[in-house]
Amino acid sequence: MIPQDLKYTREHEWVKIEGDNAVFGITDHAQSALGDITFIELPAKDGEIKQTDSIATIESVKAASDIYAPLSGKVLEVNETLQDNPEVINSSPYEDGWICRVNISDSEEQDSLMSADEYEKYLKENE
Amino acid sequence: MSENKSDLKRTPLYYKHVEEGARMVPFSGWEMPVQYAGIIEEHMHTRSRAGLFDICHMGEFFLKGPSSAKDLNRLVTCHVDDMPEGKCHYGFMLNENGGIIDDLIVYKISQEEFMLVVNAGTVDKDRAWIEANISSDTFFIDDSSNIAKVDIQGPITGKIMASLCGDDVIESLKRFWFKKVEVNGARILLSRTGYTGELGYELFFPVSSAERIWDTLLACEGVKPAGLGARDTLRLEMGYSLYGSDIDEEHTPLEADHAKFVCMEKDFIGKEALVRQEKEGVSRILTGFICEGRRSARGHFGVFADGKEVGEVTSGAFSPSLKQAIGMCYMEKGSVADDKEIVLSDGKIEIGGRVKSVPFITPHVHVGNL
Repeated sequence: MIPQDLKYTREHEWVKIEGDNAVFGITDHAQSALGDITFIELPAKDGEIKQTDSIATIESVKAASDIYAPLSGKVLEVNETLQDNPEVINSSPYEDGWICRVNISDSEEQDSLMSADEYEKYLKENE
Repeated sequence: MSENKSDLKRTPLYYKHVEEGARMVPFSGWEMPVQYAGIIEEHMHTRSRAGLFDICHMGEFFLKGPSSAKDLNRLVTCHVDDMPEGKCHYGFMLNENGGIIDDLIVYKISQEEFMLVVNAGTVDKDRAWIEANISSDTFFIDDSSNIAKVDIQGPITGKIMASLCGDDVIESLKRFWFKKVEVNGARILLSRTGYTGELGYELFFPVSSAERIWDTLLACEGVKPAGLGARDTLRLEMGYSLYGSDIDEEHTPLEADHAKFVCMEKDFIGKEALVRQEKEGVSRILTGFICEGRRSARGHFGVFADGKEVGEVTSGAFSPSLKQAIGMCYMEKGSVADDKEIVLSDGKIEIGGRVKSVPFITPHVHVGNL
């Protein structure tokens, strides 16, 4: 259920490390808790983001919540598909529902992320 | 209100919801299903087929006795005097200032017996208000804990109810009328009313029959359970008011644009305030708005027009039917005009929108029953 090759935050974002770059998204747990996602305000392309800053707002039918940067860096690309079809995050949180691709500025920040096993344990503890 | 989980009440259908995998949330002191498959899916299913809602949390009061009609006529804004038996009316209970204590439906069971269906969150204050304002020979009963209620709403519900109660019963049951029927051995007060804008029914019956009726209805082809999330988006598309959000004691029915549910030809508590307000003209009025895109304004967002603040949002959500965000707000009356451009903001984000008269969608409540 929880992809082994990704890293995770306590705010339920996932990170896929690709060399100097990283892809961010939200976890299956997060999309399920939000319910039907109806809107996402994506981060600005080329923008500099700092770890733990709010980089995007995501809305479901009932509520709005923030997405925090798992790592610092420069936004290379955002998933434009989500603009019109944010529900893709519900149906494919780890694949088609990716949010942005970032050029990482501080690789040491990765130490603060959880492994898949740690995230699974974290979810159980917070049930 | 503190909504500590252990203090929450559970409806007689609680275990049915758990079985169905519902997500349970606190609502007005109750643990209620907010969604099963998902709000949008349940919403669309109710618009196209039939949604089944657990509404057991709402309150049912009875007023009995020779003075009950007279007392009730003074307590509510809708006309009670000339109501035929088997008819129901939507109306308001007001305080002396014309502020809305609750919105409710009055059912005339017989010449000397009425049922009131009130909101869950207002049961206690409604009961106190009614008991303080009825004659000594009117008998008041709060039967909320003994009566279960489910709503079945959607275009195929006429056929479904006909299959359970008989074609003749359903064919002759018009909107805002009710009948006593029997389904699967359970006695039901069947009301052709609802909160969705679709053809539909509200069913009242003893708590002991709740699981049996729920199972019977859910077993009918095309029926799926729907939660409070879908109930809210369905009612918002129709511009129906939600007590505590769009209407409350700080607002009158005239400000809520609900004058048609107020009979000014009779006396009722709060009338003087409404007469005064009618003469002076209301300064603010509840109106609908539609947002530019999918992003929704939420309760308490400010409403801005021509660069100044002219109102406040009371309800806002994504409309599954329109694929666009919609909402309700109180606005200075002078600023309200259909299609007028407005900006909705919480101080951080700004959402463009337009004033739009409700309903946002075409209602289907008057379609043929079968």
